Amino acid sequence: MAELITYRDAVSEGIAREMRRDPSVVCIGEDIGAAGGVFKTSQGLYDEFGPTRVWDTPISEQAIVGAAMGAAMSGVRPVAEIMFSDFLACCWDFIANEMPKVRYMTGGQVKVPLVVRTANGGGLGFGAQHSQAVENWALTVPGLVIAAPSTPADVVGLMASAIRSDDPVLFFEHKALFATKGEPAPEGHVVPFGQANVVRAGSDITLVGLAWSMPVIVEAAEQLASLGISSEVIDLRTLVPLDVATVLASVAKTSRILIVEENPFQGGWGGTLASIVADEGFYDLDAPVKRLAAASVPLPFATHLEDEVLPSVAKAVAIAVAMVND
Amino acid sequence: MTETATVATDDLKAWYEQILVIRGTEKAAFDLFMSGFVKGTTHLAAGHEAVAVGTSAALNKDDFVWATYRGHHHAMARGLSSEACLAELMSKRTGSSQGKGGSMHLTYAQGNMMGSYAIIGSHLPMAVGSAWSSVLRQSGQVSVAFFGDGATNIGAFHEAINLAAVWKLPVIFVCENNLYMEYTPISAVTAVEHPAADRAAAYSLPRIVIDGNDVLTVRDEVARAVAKARTGEGPSIIECMTYRHYGHSRTDPAKYRPEGELEQWLMRDPVKVLRGHLVEWGIPEGEIEQIEANAQRIVTDAIEAAKNAPLSDPSEAFTDVWADGGSQWRN
Repeated sequence: MAELITYRDAVSEGIAREMRRDPSVVCIGEDIGAAGGVFKTSQGLYDEFGPTRVWDTPISEQAIVGAAMGAAMSGVRPVAEIMFSDFLACCWDFIANEMPKVRYMTGGQVKVPLVVRTANGGGLGFGAQHSQAVENWALTVPGLVIAAPSTPADVVGLMASAIRSDDPVLFFEHKALFATKGEPAPEGHVVPFGQANVVRAGSDITLVGLAWSMPVIVEAAEQLASLGISSEVIDLRTLVPLDVATVLASVAKTSRILIVEENPFQGGWGGTLASIVADEGFYDLDAPVKRLAAASVPLPFATHLEDEVLPSVAKAVAIAVAMVND
Repeated sequence: MTETATVATDDLKAWYEQILVIRGTEKAAFDLFMSGFVKGTTHLAAGHEAVAVGTSAALNKDDFVWATYRGHHHAMARGLSSEACLAELMSKRTGSSQGKGGSMHLTYAQGNMMGSYAIIGSHLPMAVGSAWSSVLRQSGQVSVAFFGDGATNIGAFHEAINLAAVWKLPVIFVCENNLYMEYTPISAVTAVEHPAADRAAAYSLPRIVIDGNDVLTVRDEVARAVAKARTGEGPSIIECMTYRHYGHSRTDPAKYRPEGELEQWLMRDPVKVLRGHLVEWGIPEGEIEQIEANAQRIVTDAIEAAKNAPLSDPSEAFTDVWADGGSQWRN
């Protein structure tokens, strides 16, 4: 077995692989150069590729994403970093109005091969403005690819797809996963968009997650197994494109589905998936479609309060047990 | 004046035809709106044409241009035909975006006219980006961003200019100061007299205010900025004083303008000013009239062709979301 690597190192590894492969790939963001990124996710890039490929910017989110977009439209492949996903709101015009629409409103005359990476989510006690899971914001906007890996290998594989894509990609890295370890990605590893990963096969209930909620449902499946309940566990990997087929095939087998998402229940991505399953998987279901999401409140600072708000293994297990036993 | 003396008469004549075609197309857009052929809204640039034609005259074919929702003149100055412009306004298959863009999003990517943007100020960072791209690719291209006086009070304007100045990028910010931010005088909502030029000092750039109704003045000033940009000396801000002949948008009769103001500006109509130059340069009246007739014919033909073209196919609504040409977001 190869030595395990951290999710954090997988981010810089994934970017470095593409920068070696394609000289038109450049990085832009705050403190990403000599400092290596505030989360150390661009560690080593500046040393290897230098200041002509790794550009430090002012605190200026509109300039970062706007300039990256303009560059993407004119012959380079920028990877822009927005330090915390909460700050996407500072450049939301570009995320919601510009990147996803320009190909369409120009009748296909231009393309936007742009990756916007950002550190998403809670669990570290950073408070209400540095902890949100905001992947659901992006899901409201047609025209954005949304990737949110849960393992180091998927970080590398999805990063390869993101940087090679001619579509704009929002790439959510999870703050609480940076220190986690997993198998390194093999050479040339590419994970295509829109292919969910069935990480555990089972027959009684389907558990669907994304990014941070994956370790939650993997552990929940373990505990359910000890209670005699067999769970199928699915990592969506990307919200757009959404691999509905894998989810529906699983529901056809298990007849129950619990969607575990970190973003707030109000407007969370699970609502979209649940509506599809309720419609297209209705005759396979033996229980109502259930969602476990964060409570619809701002994320609090204190750990014990954050625990109240976020999904947990215990909450997931309790819901699943009730669904199977009902 | 010494620089304008080098203008070739052929160039002068070409610019005159161009300015007339743009003016004629703007008038056609207005008339077609009134007769129900154009839906939605339009923001006409009649009165602003010298900024577009003069800037374009100072650029190479592969330089990048970015415009606002008042951008018909900029798209046409970079090569979009009158017909493709009017057809887009009429939702026709032959329109520049097959009806998916409309008046506010005219684009001519084959001429590196990278689009017209209707969120105020959003394209300014993008123009910084294409300038950054030119540096990365060492292509020598410059980028121009056109914007109105109203854009100078938005954050993206300041973020864009700061980054361009810090990185010394080959980008030229060309402000069309037409005195009004939509319906409100720009002077009533801005802390400086010249909304773009008076901010330049904050980014260590020179203060430049010029007559935006004279193609030759605009061309000369932009040519200086282009030379500066191409030699790696960084960005420029040029504030062009001009005036729109119509209201802000289709529904605006512009009653807020003081009496006599329009008339005063019409005396400095950019078409009239350029015609004056042709006379000054000794181009015979007959030749000038021939250019005028030619431009008129181009616009008349464009109107006919655009009217006669079919509407774009309904299936067009589901194309060009993704790089594969389609709109699938799930399997």
